[in-house]
Amino acid sequence: MSARIVTITSGKGGVGKTTATANLAVSLASLGKKVICIDADIGLRNLDVVMGLENRIVYDLVDVIEGRCNLRQAMVKDRRIPDLYLLPAAQTRDKTAVSPDDMITLTDGLRPDYEYILIDSPAGIEWGFRNALAPADEVVVVTNPEVAAVRDADRIIGLIEADERRLPASLIINRVKPDMVRQGDMLSVDDVIDILSVRLLGVIPEDEYILIASNKGVPITLDHQNSPASTAFRNIARRLTGEQVPLINLDSRGGILRRLARIFGASKAAP
Amino acid sequence: MDSQPYRDADDVTMDDSITLKGIKQGLLVTIKPDGKWSDLTGRLMTLIDSQGDFFQGAQVTLALGPRDLRGHELSGIQTQLARRGVMLLAVLSDSERTISSTRKLGLQTALDTLIVEEAEPIVPEAPKPPPIDSEEHGTHGVLIKRTLRNGRTVHSDGHAVIIGDVNAGAVVVAHGDVIVWGRLRGTVHAGANGDEAAVVCALYLAPTQLRIAGYITISPEDRRRKPRPEKAMIRNGRIEAVAWE
Repeated sequence: MSARIVTITSGKGGVGKTTATANLAVSLASLGKKVICIDADIGLRNLDVVMGLENRIVYDLVDVIEGRCNLRQAMVKDRRIPDLYLLPAAQTRDKTAVSPDDMITLTDGLRPDYEYILIDSPAGIEWGFRNALAPADEVVVVTNPEVAAVRDADRIIGLIEADERRLPASLIINRVKPDMVRQGDMLSVDDVIDILSVRLLGVIPEDEYILIASNKGVPITLDHQNSPASTAFRNIARRLTGEQVPLINLDSRGGILRRLARIFGASKAAP
Repeated sequence: MDSQPYRDADDVTMDDSITLKGIKQGLLVTIKPDGKWSDLTGRLMTLIDSQGDFFQGAQVTLALGPRDLRGHELSGIQTQLARRGVMLLAVLSDSERTISSTRKLGLQTALDTLIVEEAEPIVPEAPKPPPIDSEEHGTHGVLIKRTLRNGRTVHSDGHAVIIGDVNAGAVVVAHGDVIVWGRLRGTVHAGANGDEAAVVCALYLAPTQLRIAGYITISPEDRRRKPRPEKAMIRNGRIEAVAWE
């Protein structure tokens, strides 16, 4: 086994990197893959909170790097699902406690035992982002359909493109509200792709249950498997494994009137 | 330090960094080897522009001393001179690099052959047809074959050609023209050292900010109409965009 390392990043904060990391990890593990996720946000960790594993942390990533424990001791196993592990970030240190080389050494130690290593990158383009990017085989950029988030995603993709490793990058558009898109009040998926011209990995519809799930520490893909957001995350996980999965049509809830209107070529006048 | 702008008819000086002298072969422009090249060329162009038609059709020889210049820097000034109807004849230099750049542009590196001609008695000569030069002498620029994303920058002493989009947050600065074979949404500055003849062309022209020489403009708020290729240039004292055909 040699793990594929996927770094999840965004530039802008608050767009759903950590939620995406947790749910992709759960979804990949549900597909029978052996997965570990690493929280690279040293000093502002919260992947453990979203995954509901906070109270089981004994050691963290910085403890491993500084030799206070071995890798196995720092890993937290998720008991709800087989083969899902978390390597938590240190909360009491800052990003400079870890270097890009440390991250490469660390993940080299994990590669033989896993199929997927997901790295939750901190926001920004500074030290923490570089740490998260250093060991990556591929990068998933998370954005929201809003101008500022798309700008930052563009910057991040530019930095990834300028990296000599030529890492493949793909995009998750999170928190899409089909109603607002229809009204012309939100950037559409096409608008975002038009600007970023990057491979679309998936679209997550806005789902209030995601917030509830995060607060409870139970990823939505574990607890609320039939919600649209859960389906979207599961599909993205399958695409990550190389499977061809068509995009869900978020607009299908427009109903019969809208579809009729479209047939008669009057989609703009639709309710 | 001579503070007078004009010393005599044949010897025009801005300050002592650029000196103009009338010679047999036209004009000899001596540019001091210190100071930033782009500033100095900008000043020379300003001087030429301020003299109306005086320089039209002139042949210029540059004397540059030990200054190192690359090909594109020379072709840059050649272009700017050509735009003003001034032909660059020769470049005199003590720098190996500049001499080699000059040769690459097919320009003369010395005036001695001409000086010999000068010394010859003037014989009424049968007008010889000038040799046919089939080579089209282009101008220098940089070519970027990818989309310029937020935060990326391009600086060119000549033109800048981008095959791809220029996204919001990207910056393109060129002394010459800027051509975008794609959507221009970022910030662009053409004629950045004062060339008001520079243009900006794009398949879709919607820059955050567009500058040509010392002029500056922003895109109109509402761009409902169908995207079309456009060219922006200075006209009637402001930047105007017209269809790019």
